[in-house]
Amino acid sequence: MTYLVNQVRTVPTGLRKVLFVNWPIALLLTAVACVGFLMLTSVAGGEVDRWAERQMKVFAVGFLLMLAVAMVPIWFWRSISGLAYLFAFGMLIVVETSGVVRMGAQRWVDLGVTVFQPSELMKITLVMALAAYYDWLPLQKTSRPLWVIPPVLLTLVPTALVLKQPDLGTAILLLAGGGLVMFCAGVSWWYFVAVIAGGLGLIYAVFASRGTDWQLIKDYQFRRIDTFLDPSSDPLGAGYNITQSKIALGSGGWTGKGFMQGTQSRLNFLPEKHTDFIFTTLAEEFGMVGGMSLLVLYGLIVFFCVLSASQNKDRFGALLTLGIAATLFLFFAVNMSMVMGLAPVVGVPLPLVSFGGTAMLVLLAAFGLVQSAHVHRPMTR
Amino acid sequence: MRRPPKETEQAAGLVTRRGVVLGGLQLGFMGLLGLRMRQMQVTEADSYRLLAEENRINMRLIPPSRGIIYDRHGIAIAQNAQNYRVIIVREDVEDVDETIAKVRRLVDIEDRQIERALREMNRRSPFVPITLADQLSWDDIAELSINAPALPGITPDVGLSREYPLGVDFAHIVGYVGPVSDRDLAQLQTPDLLLQIPEFQIGKIGVETKLESRLRGKAGTRRIEVNAGGRVMRELSRDDYTPGQDLQLTIDHGLQNYAQARLSTESAGSVVIDVETGDLVAMASAPSFDPNLFVRGISSKDYDGLRNNDYKPLFNKTVQGVYPPGSTFKMMTGLAALRAGVIGPGERVWCPGHMTVGRRRFHCWKRGGHGWMNLDDAITQSCDVYFYEAAQRVGIDKLAELCHEFGLGERHDLPLSAIEEGLIPTTKWKARMRDEPWLPGDTLNSAIGQGFVLSSPLQLAVMAARLATGREVKPRLVKSADGLELPVADMPPLNISSSQLRMIQKAMWNVSNGRRGTARRSRIVAEGLEMAGKTGTSQVRNITAAERARGVTRNDQLPWNRRDHGLFVAFAPYDKPKYAIATIVEHGGGGSSAAAPPSRDILLYALYGDVPPLEAYPEDQRERISAMHEEMDIRPRLKPETKPSRA
Repeated sequence: MTYLVNQVRTVPTGLRKVLFVNWPIALLLTAVACVGFLMLTSVAGGEVDRWAERQMKVFAVGFLLMLAVAMVPIWFWRSISGLAYLFAFGMLIVVETSGVVRMGAQRWVDLGVTVFQPSELMKITLVMALAAYYDWLPLQKTSRPLWVIPPVLLTLVPTALVLKQPDLGTAILLLAGGGLVMFCAGVSWWYFVAVIAGGLGLIYAVFASRGTDWQLIKDYQFRRIDTFLDPSSDPLGAGYNITQSKIALGSGGWTGKGFMQGTQSRLNFLPEKHTDFIFTTLAEEFGMVGGMSLLVLYGLIVFFCVLSASQNKDRFGALLTLGIAATLFLFFAVNMSMVMGLAPVVGVPLPLVSFGGTAMLVLLAAFGLVQSAHVHRPMTR
Repeated sequence: MRRPPKETEQAAGLVTRRGVVLGGLQLGFMGLLGLRMRQMQVTEADSYRLLAEENRINMRLIPPSRGIIYDRHGIAIAQNAQNYRVIIVREDVEDVDETIAKVRRLVDIEDRQIERALREMNRRSPFVPITLADQLSWDDIAELSINAPALPGITPDVGLSREYPLGVDFAHIVGYVGPVSDRDLAQLQTPDLLLQIPEFQIGKIGVETKLESRLRGKAGTRRIEVNAGGRVMRELSRDDYTPGQDLQLTIDHGLQNYAQARLSTESAGSVVIDVETGDLVAMASAPSFDPNLFVRGISSKDYDGLRNNDYKPLFNKTVQGVYPPGSTFKMMTGLAALRAGVIGPGERVWCPGHMTVGRRRFHCWKRGGHGWMNLDDAITQSCDVYFYEAAQRVGIDKLAELCHEFGLGERHDLPLSAIEEGLIPTTKWKARMRDEPWLPGDTLNSAIGQGFVLSSPLQLAVMAARLATGREVKPRLVKSADGLELPVADMPPLNISSSQLRMIQKAMWNVSNGRRGTARRSRIVAEGLEMAGKTGTSQVRNITAAERARGVTRNDQLPWNRRDHGLFVAFAPYDKPKYAIATIVEHGGGGSSAAAPPSRDILLYALYGDVPPLEAYPEDQRERISAMHEEMDIRPRLKPETKPSRA
């Protein structure tokens, strides 16, 4: 075990671990969540109990979960990475066969007490599995084609399953998340250049398949892409979301219209205003100052993760930290691009801000892993 | 598997390098997001803000209150009455059918209205208020209000709707309003947005439509905030409407009522004009109809009843009806001959009872003839042959010229529907319209107001007024608008010597008062109020030679619609003319028996300003007149409640 090579005794034990938690990250996560509570209150027209209250409870539970995960030594998490991956994979299969269909997509598993989205879990377990793989793999083999195949399969198989649900947003996140971990692990640049070239070819193929028997994506997905490319082509139909979202965002100006004064969101012009499009309400009511503030908070989380990873001699911990930071980044980058009209509407929530239990719990648990890696990192002297 | 520390160091270094590279890429992308935000929220903020406002703000029109129409004394003829309605909002109602059934248990609503409301409900969003029933009584509203807690979604409401308190009296003058039809919209070049408001009403006929632009007013606007579903969230600002202008007509409501009542049993029309100002003080057209029926939406049964009535209640006989003026036209013929100097003031013409022109024989109404006739005799006794001779001498074109000077064949510009121009024939007219030469016989027919000549009671009243004053009296119907008196038109003297005019006036006095006058029975005996008039009887059928040989069939033996029209024109008082009148009684028989008596009575009302005292009537008629007044449905004169000018 690589960890044992380093000096285990320098790792804190018992309750002392709490002092070694990466508090800047914990505080930043709390700050982002608070922005979420504020916005959820706003879009509910001032009603705290509509969404915000439930979100607060989930956050409280999630925060404790994060600390609990942080207290468990990182080598334990490393050892169960494969199992966790297999569990999430199994759940995805279950969804595929007997999942609950909601809003036209089969994404949820009914656990009796609550419904659960295995694809959310998969984003994290994929990162764990890949980190563990590269931790195990000798460095010189990293870029050898044979040793590149397993992580590629680990990424592509769940991606395909999720794409079949269909959930384009999560599929993109899985694919990009897996790729970023492999990049961090040191896989040769050439692979990425080849994949990007291939990806462009695939996009071409997707468009070429349109209207033929072997059409690769669904019609509504094609329409979303059309809408993204030209929202004004269908302002009241499929383009409505993007058009209204851009109007809300743009009309916010420098300082916004004020808390609960956003006309677009309060008058229901905005779609999905408490979930995927919550950023537009923030940008409308608090303007560019508010939007940039949230962006800076996210950026600081990523920064502290990279800082933590760079100080970590443990390969698994460092990769895990970078992978989870990349996942967080992908979440908010795709979401913000989407609401600003830079990307098609793919249904990616804004992490910690959008209303949604599973996503929040999973993300906080993932940051528990980041904390665990931080707490248990081998100190360099 | 153990790894040498060197490899571990190397691996950590690689991860750190890649992590920093990735962090840098992420930072770069975040910078891109920041730039995009800046572009949208700072550079293009104004255009997005405009779009957001457009999304959010809707303009709604506030319909203005329609101008009120008063009579010359400030009595409301057309006003805005409160209209009690029941409004239903679908989304507030649990079970629409059950709720409507409950409402119907309290208030009587027709099936037709319910069906219309249900149709409307299915078309509109659930939050749009729909009128379930209107024109309800106060009791109905009270009943509903008491039960309001048990009827969620049902609201009693009050709106404004047009009302004509004087009912039938002003139906033809003021007209009525109704909902905007597609035809109305098609006719307008610049449609007012107001017309798009459901239930908005515009003038359909009469003053209501001709002075629509004054009466309507200007819509106010409400800027309201709406949500994506179109629901009104709140009012942002309000520009109140400009109410329509109030109008004051020249009509006297009491005289109008009396004239309508006096003529009510006939198919008749009568116009009374103030000769000093041209004010039309009464324009009665009988029978009439209740304009309020049209405002509420007339039933097809009622409408058919009005349309199929032989007496044509929907037809405004005062301006829309044109008739051969008959002998009332003879003053024109006489005056034209006098003015042209083709007949001397005292010159006599022999009346043998007929005149032969070419191969046709033209009869005088008196079979045996009148003997020697001068102008005065001819008018007094209405001798036809005298005027045949006069017309032949003066010629049709000069006669027509004079007629136009006296307002015949002229379209007097009044805010009334379907004003007819009538017809004063000329040689040119016949050549143009009929492509036939003018025949001497045409002149003879025209001389006694038959043949092609057509005129409306309005034109005859104007003629009488001009005969009474020698001035170009111009009729007008609107006395003041928006509280401002409209100036009386300039009335220049006519190109007639006063002595010649006086001859005609004297002859007309003789018609009403002379021993042999055709309207002697309908004289006024009150001193200083004597009337000067002229009877007329116009044929609506041809009298064949055979019929003439066996004796002309008496009017009362003919079916109603083949009887002669009775006409009468007059002015009074003779010494100092104040009012002129023209009356037509369709198929009423002779002018002296059918048209002169009601004309006299109406003129007397105008002169006294109320139901005239019996002393004004010849002694032998007083009992009958008194009985007639007893029987007539005369409304006592009303007192104005408020000043007509807007407070």
